[in-house]
Amino acid sequence: MKRWMYFAGVLLLMMISGGQLMAWNPDSPNEHKEQTGEKKEFDAGKFIMEHVMDSHEWHIMTIGKTHVSIPLPVIVYTKEKGVSVFLSSTFHHGPYKGYTSAKEGPHEGKIVLVNTDGTINEEAPLPVDLSITKIVAAMMFSLLVLVLIFIPLGKKYKKNPNQAPSGFQSLIEPVILFVRDDIAIPSIGIHKYEKYMPFLLTAFFFILTNNLLGLVPIAPGGANVTGNIAITAILAIITFLITTFSSNKNYWKHIFNAPGVPWWLKFPIPLMPFIELLGVFTKPLVLCIRLFANILAGHFIAMSFIVMIFIFGQISWIAGYGSSVLAILFYVFMTMLELLVAFIQAYVFTLLSALYIGMAMEEEHAH
Amino acid sequence: MGLVTPDYGTIFWMVLAFSVVFWILKKFAWGPVLKMVKEREQSIDKALKSANEAREGLTALKSDHEKMLQEAHAERDLLIAEARQIREQMIAKAKDEAVLEASKAFENAKRQIESEKNAAINEIKQQVASLSVDIAEKILKRELSDRIQQEALIKEQLSDLKLN
Repeated sequence: MKRWMYFAGVLLLMMISGGQLMAWNPDSPNEHKEQTGEKKEFDAGKFIMEHVMDSHEWHIMTIGKTHVSIPLPVIVYTKEKGVSVFLSSTFHHGPYKGYTSAKEGPHEGKIVLVNTDGTINEEAPLPVDLSITKIVAAMMFSLLVLVLIFIPLGKKYKKNPNQAPSGFQSLIEPVILFVRDDIAIPSIGIHKYEKYMPFLLTAFFFILTNNLLGLVPIAPGGANVTGNIAITAILAIITFLITTFSSNKNYWKHIFNAPGVPWWLKFPIPLMPFIELLGVFTKPLVLCIRLFANILAGHFIAMSFIVMIFIFGQISWIAGYGSSVLAILFYVFMTMLELLVAFIQAYVFTLLSALYIGMAMEEEHAH
Repeated sequence: MGLVTPDYGTIFWMVLAFSVVFWILKKFAWGPVLKMVKEREQSIDKALKSANEAREGLTALKSDHEKMLQEAHAERDLLIAEARQIREQMIAKAKDEAVLEASKAFENAKRQIESEKNAAINEIKQQVASLSVDIAEKILKRELSDRIQQEALIKEQLSDLKLN
């Protein structure tokens, strides 16, 4: 019963927030003028980029000239104006408090300061922007999902100790045991793995949830969270910090004075130590880029198939409808593939993090 | 908001939200879940071990039981064999005794018959003697008178005597 209450709660929250925030915003007047001049060409590249990139509002769809999107809070700070918090939909009526969202130019998509006449102030530095953007909102939503899934789960375990798992527990427990028995224990070792389980589990489920939510076409899914380099960078940096802080003497000895390596590789030019030290930083970098590139590529390909419909549709509407059948088939295939990739990338990130942590704690005899 | 340049706003919120959720999950989800899973595994382990022990105990008990049964069987067989032997011995002894008794009785009877026979013979002898004496006496008495008569008398006496 309680489980259903949670689900209902999430659903209600989504509905309320959606209903309140989902504003049917007609295009701003100046944009309108541009479009009436000539028939706007469909820019496939821009369309895809807009999907995978971050933005200050959560675009859902465009019907005719009406954009349907969820406005998100903009939080900006400048020395002169202090902190300003407002919804991104405010910009539909022109600049607000001297801020606007740049539509083109070097700062496209960013919040910029405007001059008194409404043009973008090119000289002024960009304001400090801590807005809840689409990526941040989607990331927070996925974290909320994690909390709503795992706190009741933890409660259930506390309530029924030493009992066989039932219901939702049976779905999640094998995954938790998989992370423990097939990732953490073989990589880190049976004696030390327990300390790192919370991070490995959080990282695994965070990446998995975001990968899966990224496959859902409409809000609150569809955002390219794990395909955003800031997100993957933070995850990789956490792994790097854990690795560095749990490393032992042997780990550093292997880096600066690797045993079994000819001395002339270490002196007078410390080639091996340099390469090894570089490896310390490339490992998390690779972690970050692998996840980012995999998920980004998945979104790119999936969107490319969708874009194909519009490109053919521009030639003639028959070609558009005709190609849509094929494009949707390809899209479904890609989504299936991405479903697999979602699990694989979550697994790979967690496994490599565990391996790096394990390597940093290896004892002298184990090489 | 470049594709490959991390946005500091995203980094800020990611660090904040992720660490908050990490601590929440660590305290309220991973901690209890991992602890309970481990405890459950240990309890299952213990239960399996004790079940194994019980099974081993049962097998030992079973083999004991079987051994006892076997011993009982052997003893029974032994008892039966002994009884049979005793019976046979008894029968044999009884037979021997019967034969002995019979022969003894036979012997007795024989002896008795012998003595009876002897007594009868003696009696006959006595009677023959007394009859002879009687006959002799009568003859002696008649001799005096007539010789012919005498012989007749002897004949008569002898015929009287014949079928005794």
